[in-house]
Amino acid sequence: MARIDLNHIRHAYGPNPKSDKDYALKEVHHSWEDGGAYALLGPSGCGKTTLLNIISGLIHPSHGQLLFDGVDVTNLSTQERNIAQVFQFPVIYDTMTVYDNLAFPLRNRGVPEAEIDRKVRETLEMIDLASWAKKKARGLTADQKQKISLGRGLVRSDVNAILFDEPLTVIDPHMKWVLRSQLKQLHQRFGYTMVYVTHDQTEALTFAQKVVVMYDGEIVQIGTPEELFERPKHTFVGYFIGSPGMNVMPVELSGGIAQIGSHQIELPSPVMPANAKIIELGIRPEYVRLGRTGMPVKIAKVEDIGRHKIVRTRLENQDIAIIVEEGGDIPAEPHIAFDPKGINIYADSWRVGGQ
Amino acid sequence: MEKTWNNKAWFMVLPVLLLVAFSAVVPLMTVVNYSVQDTFGNNQFFWAGTDWFDEILHSERFHAALGRNLIFSFIILAIEIPLGIIIALNMPRKGWGVPVCLVLMALPLLIPWNVVGTIWQVFGRTDIGLLGHTLERLGIHYNYVQNPMHAWVTVIIMDIWHWTSLVVLLCYAGLVSIPDAFYQAAKIDGASRWAVFRYIQLPKMNRVLLIAVLLRFMDSFMIYTEPFVVTGGGPGNSTTFLSIDLVKMAVGQFDLGPAAAMSIIYFLIILLLSWVFYTVMTNYDAER
Repeated sequence: MARIDLNHIRHAYGPNPKSDKDYALKEVHHSWEDGGAYALLGPSGCGKTTLLNIISGLIHPSHGQLLFDGVDVTNLSTQERNIAQVFQFPVIYDTMTVYDNLAFPLRNRGVPEAEIDRKVRETLEMIDLASWAKKKARGLTADQKQKISLGRGLVRSDVNAILFDEPLTVIDPHMKWVLRSQLKQLHQRFGYTMVYVTHDQTEALTFAQKVVVMYDGEIVQIGTPEELFERPKHTFVGYFIGSPGMNVMPVELSGGIAQIGSHQIELPSPVMPANAKIIELGIRPEYVRLGRTGMPVKIAKVEDIGRHKIVRTRLENQDIAIIVEEGGDIPAEPHIAFDPKGINIYADSWRVGGQ
Repeated sequence: MEKTWNNKAWFMVLPVLLLVAFSAVVPLMTVVNYSVQDTFGNNQFFWAGTDWFDEILHSERFHAALGRNLIFSFIILAIEIPLGIIIALNMPRKGWGVPVCLVLMALPLLIPWNVVGTIWQVFGRTDIGLLGHTLERLGIHYNYVQNPMHAWVTVIIMDIWHWTSLVVLLCYAGLVSIPDAFYQAAKIDGASRWAVFRYIQLPKMNRVLLIAVLLRFMDSFMIYTEPFVVTGGGPGNSTTFLSIDLVKMAVGQFDLGPAAAMSIIYFLIILLLSWVFYTVMTNYDAER
């Protein structure tokens, strides 16, 4: 396993990129720890798959370098990089048995047959398919096939990283949980460096130690699930993570006071962003309190989703979503208050202050 | 679960049954009718039973034509299928080369059978044909009119020229439907070019290859027009395939009884061999 350094990597699919717009991936400069579980999270077209393919070597970046454990691998082929990848759709060699599928990468590398047998049996145990070894791979279910694709990576002891490209897309919902927890176990037991691409926040937050949120070709935040939830660095992270996403509203700042329409909110600590065009206040629905005091709102809709209710309200011209616990009271003349713990201030979409 | 029987459905398929009856069953029955009777004209028929079938099945002429046809089908399958796969593998997957290749490949398929025959008939002539004359000048005495071997080579090359495209197009369709992820995974697994072909491309082409083999077998087994135009079944009987022989018998000699019996035997052979091909290939597929 290896540490992955992304050294000022940029990528454009066109031949002559001029402006920032031509880049599918704008400047990425980060270092990912050996043995870390990273999730690349973002909407379609944000560049997450491009970044993954750069790491796997299927795409050569237009600029920058990629290092595994300090060694420049930018110009190495996929094969020479020694990585494993699990694709969106199960890739298996369907004329082979499960056993032969796992042995395939080792046989291609000329490993002695006794060694292959040992590694394959070990891996079959790890991915819980030992009793299927002699079966033809084509007859298996989608989740078993994905495990085979994963197994073909695990069987090689020297892989630098295991990459996942939305691997649970075709898996039944009830199996997704099982597979995800098995993955997490594998990671904890064997300490593989794992990079997992997904557009599903639940998947990212439950799988990864560090979630890398991407938006429009840029990494906007790398953080633990908790950091992303409590302190989104960018309003996009606020919207994208959480259900429903963060409430973001334009405000005017004067000292320690934020002005929303005709209402004033005292900020936990004064912020004074210089030269910002747009100042916004962000607060997650979990931190908005619905009660009989505070700012008067109109209730537009109440969605009961079981564990809690989502109350859609309007504060003057601003939509605000609130999460009310099951059995929580919704007063006839509703008012809201912001919990100071949940207040974040954004200047031109980037976080400048708050708690 | 209990099955629901609804016999009304039979009325729904009745129109199709009628259509099929008129287009296929009735003409076929006419042939059956001829095959079991003898006639001396004047619309007078005599019951002949299985005599004609006996005659055909024991006729050396039929055996020879059948043998020639089997050898012919075997040779062209053995050449066209691998050749088609090789060409399809080497065709470009994107860019301007794709339409160019597809059109080039489709061209021979668009030419009418008898025109193909005429083209090769002229092409191979030693006096004015490009091929025949060139070979002649090179000192190779090529003459498909007199030398059975040369006639065979000409007919086989003509068929390859005419029909390999079909195999290529079918294989190409199978190849382009393989998702990129398979090739990427193979790269990551360190697979050689041969392993990619053996474990990814060939299994994925399986179904189209079955269709290609069936179509090429049936077509080559029924081949008539091209050899008829080029060699007329000669020299001697060396390129007289089953259909040519059948026409000689039915139209040339007006032996309607034996010709009808031969038609039926011919039809059953094609049906049987197609079934064998299909079963063998799908079973092989299912086993894996």
